[in-house]
Amino acid sequence: MSPVVPPPAVALGVLLPVLVVLAAAAVVLVLDVLPPRDSKAHLGGVALAGIIGALLAIVMRWGTDARAFRDMVLLDTYALYFDLVICYAAALIVMFSMDYLGRTGSESGEYYSLLLFSTAGMMLMASAGDLIVVFLALELMSLSLYVLAGFFKQRLTSGEASMKYFLLGAFASSFLLYGIALIYGATGSTNLDRIAAAAATRNAEPMVLIGLAMMLVGFGFKISSVPFHMWAPDVYEGAPTSVTAFIATGSKAAAFAAMIRVLVVALRGAQPDWSALLWALAALTMTVGNVVALAQSNLKRLLAYSSIAHVGYMLMGLVAGGGPGPGAVLFYLLAYTFTTVGAFGAIALCARAGEEAVEVSDYAGLARRHPVLAATLALFFLSLIGIPPLAGFVAKFYLFGAAVRAGYIWLTVIAVLNSAVAAYYYLRVIVYMYMREPDGEPVAVAPSLAGGLALTLAVAGIVILGLMPAPFADLAQVAVAPLLR
Amino acid sequence: MELAAFTLIALIALGSALGLILKRNAIHGALFLVVNLGSVAALYLTLGAEFLAAAQVIVYAGAIMVLFVFAIMVLIPGKEETGPDPRRPLRWVALPAGALLLAQVLVILVGTRGPTPVGSPAPGGVEAIGRLLFTDYLFPFELTSVLLLAAMVGVLLLARRRT
Amino acid sequence: MVPESYYLALSAVLFSIGVVGVIIRRNPLVIFMSIELMLNAANLAFVAFGHRLGSNDGQAVVFFVMAVAAAEVAVGLAIIVAIFRLRRRLSVDDLSLMRW
Repeated sequence: MSPVVPPPAVALGVLLPVLVVLAAAAVVLVLDVLPPRDSKAHLGGVALAGIIGALLAIVMRWGTDARAFRDMVLLDTYALYFDLVICYAAALIVMFSMDYLGRTGSESGEYYSLLLFSTAGMMLMASAGDLIVVFLALELMSLSLYVLAGFFKQRLTSGEASMKYFLLGAFASSFLLYGIALIYGATGSTNLDRIAAAAATRNAEPMVLIGLAMMLVGFGFKISSVPFHMWAPDVYEGAPTSVTAFIATGSKAAAFAAMIRVLVVALRGAQPDWSALLWALAALTMTVGNVVALAQSNLKRLLAYSSIAHVGYMLMGLVAGGGPGPGAVLFYLLAYTFTTVGAFGAIALCARAGEEAVEVSDYAGLARRHPVLAATLALFFLSLIGIPPLAGFVAKFYLFGAAVRAGYIWLTVIAVLNSAVAAYYYLRVIVYMYMREPDGEPVAVAPSLAGGLALTLAVAGIVILGLMPAPFADLAQVAVAPLLR
Repeated sequence: MELAAFTLIALIALGSALGLILKRNAIHGALFLVVNLGSVAALYLTLGAEFLAAAQVIVYAGAIMVLFVFAIMVLIPGKEETGPDPRRPLRWVALPAGALLLAQVLVILVGTRGPTPVGSPAPGGVEAIGRLLFTDYLFPFELTSVLLLAAMVGVLLLARRRT
Repeated sequence: MVPESYYLALSAVLFSIGVVGVIIRRNPLVIFMSIELMLNAANLAFVAFGHRLGSNDGQAVVFFVMAVAAAEVAVGLAIIVAIFRLRRRLSVDDLSLMRW
């Protein structure tokens, strides 16, 4: 060995979108200690500027297929598509946070910087070409979110949410890590392409399958699919609503990004084995999510179970492991993100007697007093049901169609029945808003400029996706194409 | 000889792991975990991973366990897990579940040969690991620094008294 | 030379003990320590696999896992201490961990 280590190649261009986000996080941290010390409202603006900068970088880089750091970081259209979804969600959530935290005067620099750190972690999960990067990026995302879930330190529910999220999240991460260890042992590498090459030369070994199953536990936790969903309702309920929105959209999108890449690129050889597993997970997840949602009276818990059910639908698109399914899942994630961020954002805007309005009954009579907000919230719920011509309908149409074409008729039947069940609990909220009278003090709505703008953007998203889905659906198919080659 | 050493260390590791999960007192559990981490460090030595053995002692026993013991001392006022257990039925699931997991993994680990080593074994030691960390694993290394920064910011947020 | 599969078997046993510990214990600190045990078992597996494969990659991975574990412990203990400031007793059952 020569005494001088040759410097490794450093290609920062591949990291550009992530670097912009991280730079914004650092700037927020520095500005936090500079005057004005009593007002932190401007920090949200800095965070938002960082995310918009990252969105510009993503658009600039669109169409590239670059890899760097010995194939550990990949910047292909697939990663860029997810970066787009994640940054869009993050931008809306920063805007809602400026409104939500500003009202209680609890804005702080740490909040925004942690939000940006977790955004960077999510983007790296989508770019990861190596299981080690998947693990580290997942931890970067999760550690920031654990803290953010406990951001309201004076509220016991927030602390409990944080602790529960942390303990179960760390538990799931260690399963993921052991799964990575087994796959490393069986194939001799943690690089996705090299795993694929090693797994292709030999029949799927039992060790690869156990490793895969353990990794699915880790991912299943992050996307909250059914046997691993226990944390979701409590965390969604207890965490600050703006953070809940990010956990429900950004972290799910990132976990799906990493999971699809691992399954489709590295473990394609084992597809017959994992597809049966995913079939069962999908059916179980959508059914349990929808049935338990029927019994919820807390709107945040209701949306938690609803988001579990949506994960079930998305898993359905992955069962085939190829064809139009994965592209439909990417499109569904986009529609789901628009809708869910908007719904949680609208809830964050509502307050009742100084408290947050989280019970379904709190929303009685909302239509009379705040017709615009009620209509917006109703639109989000209609999109979640899948009523045309909103985004949710088109997304379900593509996804169910892909499942039918792949030959999973029974699974599609289960999904359609589930969608019918789901309509009941969403419509119940709409009935409350439009047909019931409030008992006691009605919901007070205090929208700010940022919150109103974010709501408008989310509504525009679901309407545009619903009316002109074709370009976006093509985008999703193009994005996933490099994986399916 | 080597097998005897391995068996001894492995028994210590197993015993301390069982002690951790079976002892009611959290402080005893923490001390058992220190023993366990130390025995794993010894196993690293027998596998020729001197760097990791040192890092294990410094990072785990030195930093992580000190934090744990500190937190336990601050938080647990002698009161332990007593009283009726509301999750008792669930707990009975734990043993069969653990046993099933164990059986699966054991059968597979022992039964599989894995890919054959490519060429001669790589030279271990601190120098080789250092080279690896700063060349092939440069990106994860840098990512780790971001992770530590994020953790630091998070801890500051939680620990500060001012809201 | 002790075969690597002995090390792997030991790591599998340690991991399973950690899983059982997480499920049967109620004190969040002990649950957290059981999780550390699981991470350690994974590390041992990485080193043993690296030894079998004749490569140092396994060791490099373990180095990163140690850094993650350190960050995780700092954050986790901060969360547990923060919640303890609000309430004096510390048991996961009070948090209804498995509520539907």
